[in-house]
This record gives sequence, structure tokens and C-alpha cells, in this order.
Amino acid sequence: MSRDLSILVVEADPEKAREIIDALMEAGWSDVHALAQTAGLEREIKARQPDIVLIDVANPDRDMLEHLSMASDSKHRAVAMFVDKTDNDLTQAALAAGVSAYVVDGLQMNRIKSVLETAIARFQLVRQMQSELDAAKRALEDRKTLDRAKGILMRQRGVSEEEAYQLMRKTAMDQGRKVIDVAQALVTAADLLA
Amino acid sequence: MSRTVLNCGYVPLVDCAPLIVAKELGFADEEGLVLNLVAQPSWSATRDMLALGHLDVAHMLSPMPVAMSLGYGGLSGDIDALMVLSVNGTVFGISTQLAEALRGASAGVRFGETTHMLRNVAGLGMRKLRVGIPFHYSMHRLLLEYWLQGQGDISGLEIEIVTIPPPRMADAVEDGDIDAFWVGEPWGSTAVARGAAELVLPGSAVWAFAPEKVLAARHDWVAAHGAEVKRLLRALYQAMRWLDAPRNKPLAVEILARSEHLNIAPELIDPAISGTLTPTQHGSPVTVERFLLFHKHAAHFPWRSQAAWIAAQLGADAAGIERAKLCFRSDIYRDVMGPTGVDLPGASEKVEGSMRHATAVASTRGHMILGPDAFFDGNTFDFDAES
Repeated sequence: MSRDLSILVVEADPEKAREIIDALMEAGWSDVHALAQTAGLEREIKARQPDIVLIDVANPDRDMLEHLSMASDSKHRAVAMFVDKTDNDLTQAALAAGVSAYVVDGLQMNRIKSVLETAIARFQLVRQMQSELDAAKRALEDRKTLDRAKGILMRQRGVSEEEAYQLMRKTAMDQGRKVIDVAQALVTAADLLA
Repeated sequence: MSRTVLNCGYVPLVDCAPLIVAKELGFADEEGLVLNLVAQPSWSATRDMLALGHLDVAHMLSPMPVAMSLGYGGLSGDIDALMVLSVNGTVFGISTQLAEALRGASAGVRFGETTHMLRNVAGLGMRKLRVGIPFHYSMHRLLLEYWLQGQGDISGLEIEIVTIPPPRMADAVEDGDIDAFWVGEPWGSTAVARGAAELVLPGSAVWAFAPEKVLAARHDWVAAHGAEVKRLLRALYQAMRWLDAPRNKPLAVEILARSEHLNIAPELIDPAISGTLTPTQHGSPVTVERFLLFHKHAAHFPWRSQAAWIAAQLGADAAGIERAKLCFRSDIYRDVMGPTGVDLPGASEKVEGSMRHATAVASTRGHMILGPDAFFDGNTFDFDAES
């Protein structure tokens, strides 16, 4: 590689930022920095003059980056490029993974592409891990709610655990609702009446 | 009737009201539509999601379909504006510090005054005025730049335009990152309520009838979804008519505040909807005529000449201006709304800036009054190719 590309990752979550930086470094890019504080984004970009800025699609600061990349007074005019306009597959992949990139004009596409592909893969992984974590947390919460609802029924109706569960299941089926919703309603009602 | 789900992007601002009202008050439902309103984190994201087909339609800044169709900035694509969702509704404000400096220099700050304000700022000896706007391709920037061009000698004062996400505009002015801003409501009133800024101009002081947001869709999607476009336009028309009726305004504020789509307190939604702004933190409210229009004066009609003005301000050549006109689909609007008995203007282009007062014009049913559309400097723009 003739010259290392300077890459700036804008990500408020330090763990996610770490993941992405590690992935880029593993792939051979060493000049990688992360910025968590979006308030200093403009200054940081002017100071570092990165070749590529990677940012989450959902980050509201994207509009600021678009503007910076359109500033016409700079010789290092960055192109407002949401990856490459001509490569629709790569654009779709980046969007699906939640990454958008701003790239300085004049870079060779193949170099950008390898950075992006690494970033896309890592964004996807991070996102997947996040949703798995969320799902696990939710499952745990649901479990607790179900247990509490069962306990309420067992006490109030004097039934067994199995019977309490069947009762909730039947009510849910009759009403076209989920068991967890019935359990939640029961817990809420019990809290109100307590 | 079968229900059709439309994925509809919006940015949580007061002027996305037509979409929320169409959904919450059942106007969309009456047309057999389910509006799946998807909040967008930024205008860039809205643009990408629409261009790449993740959204069917979107609430967009009026210059965006023009910029995208002309290939300016970011992701481009043939994007149409099916109707204007709101006219006006933006404000220009300055930091409290700057307002106090102006008063200290006995220059004063008079709300709505377009002639002396910037010269007075230059007179303070300030070198640079940093102005925050929400997005590069916004009516905010076009109005700001148009206003700046007509200022005469402020050569000592450099104006730097920076983009700041609107919800952070109040912070930015409070932290001294910017000295002024041009922003849509409720973010101007929010900055005033926090004591960070004072409002100096409503957008309508620079252009009395500026198309602010439009309903945007991909050109090919529009061509392939005639029935959905028709139903959506009719639903939004009803929503916008409902919104502009004075008796509905208090309820509109409540619906907007209560729905999960806008996370904004009612007292901050009210100024834009009622057209009653409070320019300074402890000052009296001021009524601004036509502060934000949804329906009156054929506000939703997508004038081809509005697209042309936008293109001209963006620096397009004659061919670009003609191309831009085609984005504002007054043809579809006529086809859809004509048969419903709605009054339509006789022409699809007007000389922008020519009406200093509300003016009766030729229309299909013969009683249309168009609002004033004058520019602060009295200029007019005639984009008719024949003339």
C-alpha cells in the first residue's frame, strides 16, 4: 500500500467504535480514529482531514457531514458520497448494515471498497450482536413477568403452576393475544389492586 | 376496499403535521391507505431511504427533489414532488448575546425587519457571523443566501453557514458554536424559551410564499402506482384543509403533541400552528400572518415556477431549470384533484414574487385567491420558457 488511508469513525458507543476500529486495523488500516463527541465533528474533520469518514446511517450528524463534504472552498473537497453512486449493490449493502461513508474525492474505488467491505461486515456483526442481546434481555423480562403472573393465579385461584399457565394460554388464544400480553395485563392489574 | 400500506418517511418537525393528521384522523383510512410513518434521523437518511426504495414517499425539504433530480450532492435520482406539504414556517434568530450587543450599540432589534439587521451586525465590528441551518439543500439556506445577496455593503462581515441537526440548534447557539440560525419550528421557539436566542425574522419576511416541505416520491414509483398516488393526495388534501381551519387549531396542537410521532411539548407546537410567535424570552407574542400555511391560497399546489426558482438559486442553467420544473408534478395534482371539485389555478407557473397582496386569479371554478408571494427586495422571477 503506497499510503495509508486516514479513516475517522463517528460512533458514540465506545464498544461499537472499538469493534469497528479493530476490524479495520486487522484488515491492514492503521490510521484509524474514533470520535464519540459529535459536537466537535466539524473541528475534528478540519484538523484530521480524513480520507474516509464512517458514520451510522441513523446518526443525525450525517446532515452536517453532507454539508462539510460540499464545502467548495477546500482543495480537499470531499465528495458527498454515500459510498459509490455507481455501485448499487455496495450502497444497498452499506445501508442495510447501517453504515454510511463520506469519501474524499480522488481516491481509487478499489481502496475505498475494501475499507467499506470491512466496515460493512463489522457493522453487521455489531448490529446482530446488539439485536441478540436485546432479544435475550427481552426474553428474560418476559420470563419474569410470566412467573409473576403464574404466581398471582396460583395464589388467587388455588391452582397448580401448570394449570395457571394453561389458564393464561387459553385466555390468550380466546382473545387472539399473546400469552405475555395476558401475563402483563394480569401483573399490571394486580399491582393496581395491591 | 383493500388496505394498502405506504411506507412514509418524515422528520419530526411541526410541518409534518399533514401526514400525522391524515393518519390519526382517519383521512388516509377513508382512502383505503395505511400510512406507516417512519421517523428519519436526518435529511440525508430520508434521501437515501427514498432513493433506494426503502420508503415509498417522504416529507422532504422542497429543494431536495430538485437537487436529487439535477444530480447535486449525495445520492441522486429522479424524484418528484407530488404536492407542497407546507408553505413558510421557518424563522431566523440570533443569539441573545448578539441581540444584546445590538441593543447596546443602540441599533435595536425589530422583529420582521429585513433591511438594517445585518448591516447593524457588521457595524458592531464582528468579523464573522456563523449561521446554523438544518441541511444544505433546504429552503432555509436558499432564503438566507437570497437575503444576504440583497444586503448592500456588509463586506466586512463574513457569513459562514454551518449545518446543525435542528434539535441541537438551541444548544449550539447557547454554547456559542453559532451566532444565528435559520430553522423550522419548534426549534426556534425552543431556543427562545431557553433564553438562548431571539427571533428576528419569520421566513415569510424574505419570501412571502416559500414552498417549505413537499411530498416526495421516486419518479418510477409514481408512474407505477397511479392508484396509490391518487388516494394519498386526496387524503393529504383533506388533512391539510382540516389543519388550516382556525377552529381546528387547538385540537391539531393536541393531536400532534399526543401522537407518538412528534416528541414535542404542546406549548412548543402551538406557535407555528397558531402563527403566534414570541420573539424574545420575556417579550409579548406577535401574530405573523401566513406564518405556516397548509391549505390556504392553494398552498399545496406544486407550482412549476417554484421548482424553477429553487433550481435557479441552486445555480442550475436554463436546461436544469426546465428539468427542475418537471419534478413539481402539477400535472398529477390536476388529474387527481380536478375531478374531486377542488378549485385549481388556471396556470401551472406564475411570476414568482409578483403578488404584493392576496390576489384573485383565474381558476377552474373561478374563485381562487392566491396569497402574496413577494420577495423582501421586490424582485420578480418569470421562468416561462416562451417569454
